[in-house]
Amino acid sequence: MRCLLRRALISLSATLLAGAASHVPSTQAAAAEVTELREGTGKDLTIGRCIICHSVEYIPSNAPAMNRAAWQKTIQKMKDRFGAPITDEEAKQILDYLDANYSGKSG
Amino acid sequence: MLTRREVLCAAAGWLATRASAEPNLSTGSAGGEELLGALPGKKPLIQRAFRPPNFETPLAGLAPLYTDNSVFFVRYHLPTIPFVDAARWQLQVGGASAQRKLALSLHELKSAFEKVSVTAVNQCSGNRRGLFTPRVPGVQWANGAMGNALWTGVRLRDVLHKAGVAADALEVVFNGADVPLLPETPDFVKSLPIDRALDDGTLIAFEMNGQPLPHWNGAPARLVVPGWTGTYWMKHLTEIRVQPTAFDGYWMKSAYRIPTGAFATARFASQETPENTPITEMVVNSLITSPAPSARVRRGEPLHVRGKAWDGGAGITAVEVSVDGRQTWREAKLGRDLGRFGWREFELPLDTSHSGPIEISVRARSRNGATQPEKLTPNPGGYHDNLVQTARVEVS
Repeated sequence: MRCLLRRALISLSATLLAGAASHVPSTQAAAAEVTELREGTGKDLTIGRCIICHSVEYIPSNAPAMNRAAWQKTIQKMKDRFGAPITDEEAKQILDYLDANYSGKSG
Repeated sequence: MLTRREVLCAAAGWLATRASAEPNLSTGSAGGEELLGALPGKKPLIQRAFRPPNFETPLAGLAPLYTDNSVFFVRYHLPTIPFVDAARWQLQVGGASAQRKLALSLHELKSAFEKVSVTAVNQCSGNRRGLFTPRVPGVQWANGAMGNALWTGVRLRDVLHKAGVAADALEVVFNGADVPLLPETPDFVKSLPIDRALDDGTLIAFEMNGQPLPHWNGAPARLVVPGWTGTYWMKHLTEIRVQPTAFDGYWMKSAYRIPTGAFATARFASQETPENTPITEMVVNSLITSPAPSARVRRGEPLHVRGKAWDGGAGITAVEVSVDGRQTWREAKLGRDLGRFGWREFELPLDTSHSGPIEISVRARSRNGATQPEKLTPNPGGYHDNLVQTARVEVS
């Protein structure tokens, strides 16, 4: 049920987005939502899971506060506390991607 | 549970946000490049996150005595934010420690209770988190997750008394119209201790600076808790519950907490553990709005340091300025007193007769004796950064 609801919501958003594109310049809509993340293995999975609930500016902006352990904790929090639909295998791929590209914590 | 119609409305609201934000790059107050984006009805603000919308006021927007609604900061936790129809909006009041249930329309709220106003600073708990050293995860706010406004509405106390407050009431719980996307995500629900809820100053506001509340600041009605951080100022308020127990939702038990005893602020006893406790009041603080960081002035040209000082409601008694590396301090002239919850403007002319750099440090003092520290009190949420700040100016 939960998965069905999720799929329904996501496809609903996608449908409405397609509808909205007809009366707004697409460059504006795209520029507002899409924040490019660094190329790397796991990028699409990371964007795909994170943007269900939030835009991805958080990833580069938080990089200076993050290392592998901090990303691990964050992903776990998103899964356990916020119900993010991420399997353990996906969580590992997302962690590897974030750690490789957005671990900027010094020391 | 949301109806299909409500989901559609909410999703449409989200799309309206997507469609009309116009991000472009501009030089931010910290000297770096900041992404600016305009939400519908707002001027371009610094875009910390697009969804949920988290936008902060650029430094120039904090210079006026009252922060304009069009530049007032925006902070949300959940992605689904309905545009609430004020004509159909209802506020439900009840709970196990309420003697009767109420359902108030906006018209009833406005006509059945005394209308009152308060000038108060609304500051996000995490304002300045992005300035923390070492860095702390979360929305990386600089100085602009705050503003000062005239809030008009009715006393929460009067509404609670109409419902009848039982002797065993411990906390009052508040919910707003924004909802999570996933069923497992905790809804954003907050509580206040009963004494703070019954305090004269706590309002259900429907106007901000003489205008109906803007959508992004909580239309049609929001909670105003003068002196306490923004997390308690529930937007799009829909439900109030008076209860005899401590509310155990995620946003009280796990988020917005500070180490117990680390700050000399009001206690929230029913939510306290030996390790941590909810953030409550704001700590004494100040902001230099002028000169802008790294400004240049000509030798002999007039130069004033100007800014704002505020605290959790004791009121500001003095603002001191140092231009010699914090060795000696001079008192700035304070502006109009807007009441103990509003911010206080300060101003001091500075000597520009010699060429070279000037480092201008400012510290505010509260009526309760508290002053801004030189050292940060570390805490995992990145709250209460009220370090003495310094603006650097070059005289040539």
